[in-house]
Amino acid sequence: MQNHFQEIYNVLPLVLVACGVFLSVVIEIGSVKSEKILPWFSVLVFLGTSLFSVFNLNNCGTAYNNMLSYGGNVFIFYSLFNLAAALTVLSSMEYIKKYGSYFGEYYILLLSSVLGMMLMAGARDLFMVFIGLELMSICFYVLAGINRKKQNANEASLKYFLLGSFATGFVVYGIALIFGTAHTTSLEVIVSNFGSLSHNLLFVTGMLLFLVGFSFKIAAFPFHMWVPDVYQGSATTVSGLMSTGGKAAAFSVLLIALGAVFPGNAANVFRPYFAAIAAFSMLYGSIVAISQNNLKRMLAYSSIAHAGYMAIGLAAGNRESVAGIMFYLVAYTFMNLGAFGIIAMVEGADDTNLELKDYIGLSQRHPLLSALMALFMFSLSGLPPFAGFFGKYYVFISAIKADLTWLAILGVVSSVISVYFYLRVIVYMYFKEPEPEALPVHNNANGVLAVVISAILVVMFGIFPGTLINLITSYLR
Amino acid sequence: MNLIPIEYYLILSAFMFAVGVTGVLIRKNAIVVFMCIELMLNSGNLALVAFSSYMGSSAGQIFVFFVMTVAAAEAAVGLAIIIAIFRNKLTVNIDEINIFKW
Repeated sequence: MQNHFQEIYNVLPLVLVACGVFLSVVIEIGSVKSEKILPWFSVLVFLGTSLFSVFNLNNCGTAYNNMLSYGGNVFIFYSLFNLAAALTVLSSMEYIKKYGSYFGEYYILLLSSVLGMMLMAGARDLFMVFIGLELMSICFYVLAGINRKKQNANEASLKYFLLGSFATGFVVYGIALIFGTAHTTSLEVIVSNFGSLSHNLLFVTGMLLFLVGFSFKIAAFPFHMWVPDVYQGSATTVSGLMSTGGKAAAFSVLLIALGAVFPGNAANVFRPYFAAIAAFSMLYGSIVAISQNNLKRMLAYSSIAHAGYMAIGLAAGNRESVAGIMFYLVAYTFMNLGAFGIIAMVEGADDTNLELKDYIGLSQRHPLLSALMALFMFSLSGLPPFAGFFGKYYVFISAIKADLTWLAILGVVSSVISVYFYLRVIVYMYFKEPEPEALPVHNNANGVLAVVISAILVVMFGIFPGTLINLITSYLR
Repeated sequence: MNLIPIEYYLILSAFMFAVGVTGVLIRKNAIVVFMCIELMLNSGNLALVAFSSYMGSSAGQIFVFFVMTVAAAEAAVGLAIIIAIFRNKLTVNIDEINIFKW
């Protein structure tokens, strides 16, 4: 009996979020005030889980017959997902009222999708990877179309659904081939036999299909076609979570599946694959973003470019790259959530106020929001001293250590290109003459709070990057 | 006992997978595209069951149950999305669902 309680305590973050899902269903059914209670209840669950994970980092191990692992970097991912979701809920409260689409399901689905992400990050078995992936994706298909009266949202939801389940098809077939050649679904065993298995053509094919499926989820170049449409059409706050939490969860699975490569136990047979998608994603994302006038669409292309920068780390495949990718994910999560949070506040109902020209003169109408937007844009473009700079720095360093200097140079080149479209937002906000008929900004306390918290974290990780990097490195075996 | 060699199953499942992928890429009706995705999932199921049976391990067969359950959940969500879009646009043709460009 003692053991059962101990095991439940070890995976308590998952239990907390799962209980949150069930309780929020009960609240939605049972209470007439659920519209007021549910958002704050979910913030409470997310913050509680996040804090619990942070304070239990040192309690490492595996639970339930090696199905799940806990502690260490897994808990860093847990607290990242939960913090991101808490910020999303804060900026969603007013946003979904503005669009007249308050449904209790919104918060329930957010909770379930975070549970899916956590299962992915904690998985030590292909079963858990698959369950977590689908739990997250199916919730996101619905969340993308939460403004169900809007044709934009319908279209985004349909495209996300079709392309997302297409990716699932690849993942399932990949898992079948991996299972057939490795004779197990345990990632622990697959990782320890990775070196000998990677001479088996069928295993490599299966692994490649698996990686293609996840390349859809991280929004890397040849598998990116859904990204701009889905991010533009979905509810803005949901796009924020999809582009950060969803991407982080997919990367966490890639880090687990390639676990043999990073400590140098096996050759990185997938290096050409990752180098190619990294190079193309960075350049394609940065170049096409220049021609975008819609801010959500621009951030979607920037999301493709950022997936490319992180994929450099996967191509490099050494210890530094794990720490680099994780740091990058943390930095990207907060700067992108902040940017989407501001867009959600500036946006009027019916998808108005999303164009670049609507940001003209924002510095006079709302100095705080425009200053924070400028901060996020600087960070996204990778200028010091913000967190985005150190994310890129650590990933590029890992590439140079792995003799992939050309990839690091390409990364720097595409960062330089990307400065153009990030700084253009700042130019529009500060240096253009405002038009008199500009639409009002519906700023609200909760949304501003979420954005300010993201900004504080971006600056904090930018000034003290060493704390997080050392923490992550200390948990790498 | 003469078993059908495992290669036969794998070739069949690879063929089903290829048909599914091709269908997703060239068909225009959202429901047909969705059916092709189901075909891809089922080709994975076939390979899993074949491997599982030849290895004498039940893990693959259990995995198939998970895949089928998830596919059912996905079908529920997917058909609901298709109905929502049909209500607004009166079409499920993917070529006409094109608000977003470049």
